[in-house]
Amino acid sequence: MGNWFERQRNIIDFTLSSLLRRKGKNLSLLLVYTLLVFLLASVMFFTHALRKEASLVLQGAPEMVVQRMAAGRHELVPARYLNAISGIRGVSAVRGRRWGYYFDAFTSANYTLLVPGRDAPATGYISIGSGIARSRLAAPGDLISFRSYDGEPMVLMVQEVLSSGSELVSSDLILISEQDFRKLFGMASGMFTDIVLSVRNSKEVATVAGKVLKLLPDTRPIMKSEILRTYDTIFDWRSGIIVVILSSAVLAFIIFAWDKASGLSAEERKEIGILKAIGWETSDVLLMKFWDGAAVSLTSFLAGVLLAYVHVFFTSVMLFEPVLKGWSTLYPSFKLVPFVSPYQVATLFFLTVVPYTVATIVPSWRAATIDPDSVMRS
Amino acid sequence: MIELRDIRKVFNEGKPHALTAVDGVSLVLDSRAVTVLQGPSGSGKTTLLSLIGCMARPTEGRILLGDREITSLPERFLTDVRRRTFGFIFQQFNLVKGISALENVMLPAYPLGEHHASLKKRARALLDLFGILPRESARSEWLSGGEAQRTAICRALINDPQIIIADEPTAHLDTKLSREFMDIVGRLKTEQKTVIIASHDPLVYGSSVVDRVVTMRDGRIEVAGQ
Repeated sequence: MGNWFERQRNIIDFTLSSLLRRKGKNLSLLLVYTLLVFLLASVMFFTHALRKEASLVLQGAPEMVVQRMAAGRHELVPARYLNAISGIRGVSAVRGRRWGYYFDAFTSANYTLLVPGRDAPATGYISIGSGIARSRLAAPGDLISFRSYDGEPMVLMVQEVLSSGSELVSSDLILISEQDFRKLFGMASGMFTDIVLSVRNSKEVATVAGKVLKLLPDTRPIMKSEILRTYDTIFDWRSGIIVVILSSAVLAFIIFAWDKASGLSAEERKEIGILKAIGWETSDVLLMKFWDGAAVSLTSFLAGVLLAYVHVFFTSVMLFEPVLKGWSTLYPSFKLVPFVSPYQVATLFFLTVVPYTVATIVPSWRAATIDPDSVMRS
Repeated sequence: MIELRDIRKVFNEGKPHALTAVDGVSLVLDSRAVTVLQGPSGSGKTTLLSLIGCMARPTEGRILLGDREITSLPERFLTDVRRRTFGFIFQQFNLVKGISALENVMLPAYPLGEHHASLKKRARALLDLFGILPRESARSEWLSGGEAQRTAICRALINDPQIIIADEPTAHLDTKLSREFMDIVGRLKTEQKTVIIASHDPLVYGSSVVDRVVTMRDGRIEVAGQ
């Protein structure tokens, strides 16, 4: 065992000093390799963490949202729908929600306005998300002016700025009283944007949805699982875009790595011949080449993953922010909770380290099986 | 003792450009003696040397190392025999570029799994013995001809082989360095090593340390010597 360990150590020692001999070539390879791992790992970490965060946020969301449809479009729901749904067996709670979007020409941003179910601000007051506070330079006590549905100006006072802990969902959010909401959008009393409901037995959600649809054929029940699935699809789609953009970089790297790894130079071939001539076996040469590939790819992999971790969880994905964080101009500047799945790291490892190491060994195999006397004959 | 029985080596056998480098050589080489294979270029000296040193297999014939027949050994065992029994000094020394003289000397022992510190100690002792310890950390390409030659000799000796094989060792050396090399060969002989040299340099085959000169021509032995 000691012998085996020393053999590995001696060969690794020689491999490392061999790598240092071609500093320029290996450093440039290391940099390109690290950059590639960094980009891929950033996309993977970010989309995964975001999806995880979204699913955590949605955990507290109602099991079902019911929207009323008219000509395939989302329509306001009258209060009688609430009564009808509360009569369905299995439904434990029903609540009408009032929310909408407001385009602020001043910041060219869309805000989400919501009348909260409880602890709503008093009439004339609003609570705003930190994205809005940043873009409007607003603090508690400041006034923000809106333009109501009939063109009349409407001034509301900021009561509080929502905590940045919930920024993923609250960056562009304004909490408003029911009265102000109806005044701003011209909504009649007794009308809601949609209805949320809780179901006593979570296994019966689909059955309840069927009953809602049967009772109120012009509605569309949306289950929480469907929302989660939509989030997943959106993030997959977005990360897909990045991966497609990166694919040309990946391809360029593959060509670069293949050329570096497979194209043994005449000097490297001669060196292998010398090693064989002085008593190295084919397996010793391959072991050296394995450590050569492993040293480059493992270093790049670890550096790339580490940099991606810092990029995603400490700098809030500076580089991909516009593509990955949605369409709003109010990008939430939240810090994601570090969450890395071992499965993802393993996938990245098998996609980067393994092919490169194999690409290093295979061509060396041919060079390593030459007769040792080739050195004497050359 | 090394015994060659009717050795034949053909390169590219069965092809139109087949070449018979060694043709029916039978020879017995004594241990602890200095033997020179002499002859013009293309006479088969280097090929015979590589066959003796287990670097290649003969197309026909048998080679015995002591009582052991080595021609039929599988690749792995042959490599093991090669690295434990033979030390090689090549025509152009063939030091690995970019690494130090010390590392070059240690190279043949790396796969044997010797403790790194003790290996380093032995390699430094060898460099010291040949007077080039002050140059231990110099890269091989920075060494002078004489220093490179002595580094190559140290490398050949690192696994303490019984037999030293040298192929045209003085081809790139001036007269002074060639004489120095033969002095080293004399030293190896007193240390009971067997030395086999392929050379057509009169300074080598005419040296007083040489016990036997075997003359070759066209792959055959012309004069077997004493």
